Amino acid sequence: MAAVNALKRSSWSPYAAGALIGVLSWFAFLTAGRPLGISSAFVRLVAWVEGVFAPAHVAATPYLAKLNPVFDWEFFLVVGVALGALAASRLGGLRSADRPTGKRIAEAVLGGFFLMIGARVANGCTSGNGISGSLQLALSGWVFFLTIFASGAATAMLFKKEVR
Amino acid sequence: MFDPLPRLLLGLLTGFLFGFFLQKGRVSDRRVIVSQFLLRDFTVMKIMMTAILVGGAGVYAMHAAGWVQLSVKPAHLLSIFIGSLIFGPAMVFLGYCPGTAVAAAGEGKPDAWWGLLGMTLGAALYSEFDTACTRALRAPVDLGLVTLPQLTGVPAAVWFAALALFTLLFFRWLDRRAES
Repeated sequence: MAAVNALKRSSWSPYAAGALIGVLSWFAFLTAGRPLGISSAFVRLVAWVEGVFAPAHVAATPYLAKLNPVFDWEFFLVVGVALGALAASRLGGLRSADRPTGKRIAEAVLGGFFLMIGARVANGCTSGNGISGSLQLALSGWVFFLTIFASGAATAMLFKKEVR
Repeated sequence: MFDPLPRLLLGLLTGFLFGFFLQKGRVSDRRVIVSQFLLRDFTVMKIMMTAILVGGAGVYAMHAAGWVQLSVKPAHLLSIFIGSLIFGPAMVFLGYCPGTAVAAAGEGKPDAWWGLLGMTLGAALYSEFDTACTRALRAPVDLGLVTLPQLTGVPAAVWFAALALFTLLFFRWLDRRAES
């Protein structure tokens, strides 16, 4: 019963959530030989869509052509993240979400656009570099983690005083 | 086109748990993420540091036992620094990172769906310039697949112990300050 009640709680202690993500990374290394990562799945999505409409262009772009098979473990990991979050929020009793304003939509599209450019230039995101890289004590992971934190904090303090 | 089915299902299961933990940890809420950057709420840091310590101790132990191989990304310091300088501010404006954006989108938050659209467009644009990026930003500063223990000669166990001590003291101080 305790386990069922925990699933129905709207949130968990951040330490519990973090520890479980840490254990999940053991599982990923053991079962798939891969660390947790998210952002390269978006390149796979691009490779697939462009492959449908412009296969010659994909074949001529090494960054996309090397992704074979297109739909791999990490792509399905990202699909799983969406499903897992859906299950967690519904079990916790959360349903409604605000309708975004036009300004918020523009902010989200542009923010997402630059977020992914940054992730691909840095060769990984908060998961692949920030958590998986840092937990392996990779220099690349820690440089990423510290730099996004410092630049994000400076940006938030300058432009995002109001959290809505 | 596809990895073998068992491997895809394994990815799906791993992702399901990842998304579940992110949502329960409240980081699919963009107010929590922005509040972290404003240093008002340290939920994001608590999750990341705990995941790094627990995950790292286990992965290094399994590596020492010969069960797993590490998967370290190359230290292209210039491209990582520039990419991070774009990523951090973008994360503040979007309010999510890629993983938490996918989680928020799965939960049904429409602003995250728009974020995923922007992210996909960003990936499409980047894929046109990867070769140029490698030449201009990766090649100049490449320290290889280097870890902090290799760089400093200080063993991984010492790094984890020091990080754990710092994390414990810092968050205990923060949590006590929040209570009083």
